[in-house]
Amino acid sequence: MTARSDRRTTSRGQLTRRELLAGTAGAIGAAAVAPVAGQQAIETTRRPGRGPSEIDQRSSFVTPRRDPSATSSRTPLQDLRGTITPADLHFERHHGGVPEIDPARYELVIHGLVERPRVFSLADLKRFPSTSRICFLECSGNLRRGGPETLPQMVCGLTSQTEWTGVMLSTLFDEVGASPNATWFLAEGQDAAVLTRSIPMEKAFDDAMIVYAQNGDALMPGNGYPARLLLPGFEGNSSVKWLRRIELADRPFMTREETSKYTDPLGDGNTMRQFSFVMDARSIITDPAYPRVIEPGWHEIRGLAWSGRGRITRVDISTDGGASWHAADLQAPVLPKAHVRFRYLWNWTGGPGEIMSRATDETGYVQPTWDALREARGPRTRYHQNPITSWTVGDDGRVLFGAERVQS
Amino acid sequence: MIGTGAGVRGRAVTAATIAIAVLGLSVAGGRLSAAAGQQRASSGPLPETFGFGRPATPAAIAELDIDVMPDGTGLPPGSGTAADGAQTWGRACRGCHGPEGEGGTAAPVVGRDPSGRPLTVGNLWPYATTLYDYINRAMPRPTPGMLTPDQVYSLVAWILAKNEIIAEDAVMNAETLPAVVMPARDRFVPDDRRGGPEVR
Repeated sequence: MTARSDRRTTSRGQLTRRELLAGTAGAIGAAAVAPVAGQQAIETTRRPGRGPSEIDQRSSFVTPRRDPSATSSRTPLQDLRGTITPADLHFERHHGGVPEIDPARYELVIHGLVERPRVFSLADLKRFPSTSRICFLECSGNLRRGGPETLPQMVCGLTSQTEWTGVMLSTLFDEVGASPNATWFLAEGQDAAVLTRSIPMEKAFDDAMIVYAQNGDALMPGNGYPARLLLPGFEGNSSVKWLRRIELADRPFMTREETSKYTDPLGDGNTMRQFSFVMDARSIITDPAYPRVIEPGWHEIRGLAWSGRGRITRVDISTDGGASWHAADLQAPVLPKAHVRFRYLWNWTGGPGEIMSRATDETGYVQPTWDALREARGPRTRYHQNPITSWTVGDDGRVLFGAERVQS
Repeated sequence: MIGTGAGVRGRAVTAATIAIAVLGLSVAGGRLSAAAGQQRASSGPLPETFGFGRPATPAAIAELDIDVMPDGTGLPPGSGTAADGAQTWGRACRGCHGPEGEGGTAAPVVGRDPSGRPLTVGNLWPYATTLYDYINRAMPRPTPGMLTPDQVYSLVAWILAKNEIIAEDAVMNAETLPAVVMPARDRFVPDDRRGGPEVR
C-alpha cells in the first residue's frame, strides 16, 4: 500500500497526520514509525494547506506570551529576534485598567495657555501631517531581581519597540497657538486612573508626538487606543495613553505620578530626584539566557541595547564575568532612542562562564554596575535601575540568571 | 487648571527661542521644526493654521478640567473635616488602605518616619493639594470619580490629621488646603542626570 492509495481510502479525501505517517511507513516497509529528518518535508506536500484567511495566526508551534501581573505584562524578550516588538507582545503597564474607547466618540482637548483652545477628533488628528518613528518605550520600573531561573522577560521585559505613527505635538501646539509663557503641559488619560503627568514644553518642540498607529496598525488597546502621547527616550509612564486632555501652564502640576511615584530616593537618605524622565543606556543579553542549555562550540551572543539620550555607540561583551570585555557588532540601522541588536560570536569550550553586556551611548554614558548605581544613589533607589546583568553558564551548559550581579 | 487663553499674545516666540537654544532646533517656513528630518512635520511651508478640529468652549473644558495645582487652582467649593472623613474612609477606603491608613492590599497613607519606611503621605507627598487631585480623579479604585467635593475634602482632612499634619478639627477647603505645608515639601530636587561618563 502506498501513501497515494491510502489517501484515496480516507473519508472526505483528507489525510490525518497519523494516517499519513502510517501510510508512508507502509510505503517504505518499516515496522516501526519513527519520524526522521526530511519526512515532514514530504508529508506537507501530499495535501493542500489551508487557504487564505482574513487574519493570520502564529504557527501552533509558536506561542510567545507576555507575563502578566496585576498591573503590567512583560514582553518575552527571549522569544524575539528583531528590534520591532509585535504589537500584541508590547509590554503594558497601566494604573486603572484598559478602557474601551469608541473612536467615533474620541476627543482630545488642548487648552490652557493657548490662543485657540481646541477639540480634535481622531479623524482630525489623522488629517495633520503625519510622522513615523521607531523608538523604544520602557517603564522606569523595569528591573526585577530573581533567582537563577529568571527569564530575560522577567529581568527587564518592560521595554518594547515600535514604529509609531502620528502627528508631531509641535504641530498641534502651533495649531492652538501655544503661549510663550507656557513652560509645562499636563497630559491626561481617560482611563480609570485619569492618569496625569506634567511634561516640559521643550519636549513638545523636540520630538514629542501624539500617535495613533503601532507598527502600521491602530494602537492596541493596552497601548492607548485610539491615541496616546509618545515621548521618545522618556520613562514610559509619561507617554500618557488614552489621551483626552492637554493643558499648557507656566508651572508643573505636581500630580501624584510625579511626586509620590516615579521619583528617585537619593543617597543622602532625604532628597528625592523629581522629573527624572530620561531612560539611561542599558542592555541585556537575550540569547543565550535562561532557560537555554547550550552545547560546547560556537554561539552568537545576542541582545538589545538602548538609550533614551540618543544612539548606542558601543556594546561590550564579557564572557568571563567582567574580567575582559570585547566589542560586539551593532546591527544597522542604529537609531536614536531605539533598541539596537548586538551580536558577538563566542566559542564556548565547556567550562563555567559568565556572560555580560555593557552599553555605551553617544553622550559617553556607560551602563553601570549595580554597585556603581548604589554608590551614586544609595541603596533605596526605586526607578531607573539599569545595571549590567549577567548570565552564568554551568559545566552542564545550563544558562542561569547571574543574580549576584544585581544584588548588593 | 489655569486660564483658557484670554490675554495670551503672539506666537510661541519665547518658547521657540528656548527650544532653539536648548535643543538645536531650526525655524523653517516661519514655523518651529526640529533639525532632524524625522522630526519635522513637513518639508514644505506649513499653513498658519490647518483649521482642523473645533473650538473648545469654556463649558467643554470645564467638564474635563479636574486638575488641582499646589496653589489651590482648580479646587472646587466645598469643605470637610477629619470627623466627616472617618465615615467615608470606613466605607470606601479602609478595605484596601487599612482601618487607620496603615496599608493593606493598597499602600499605607499614614506614617511620618523620615527614613521613608514605609513611604506614605506623611513622609513622601510634597503637596496636600495632590491628595485632593488624586482622590478625586482615581479613588476609590473600584468606583473612581464618584466622590463629592465635600467627601474628598473630608478624606483629605482625615489623612492629614492621621499624619498629624493638621489638627483633628481643622476644616479643609479651597482656602485652607493649599496653605498646608507637608513634611516632605522640600525633599524633591531636579533631575541632575545629564548623560556623559558620570553615573548619577
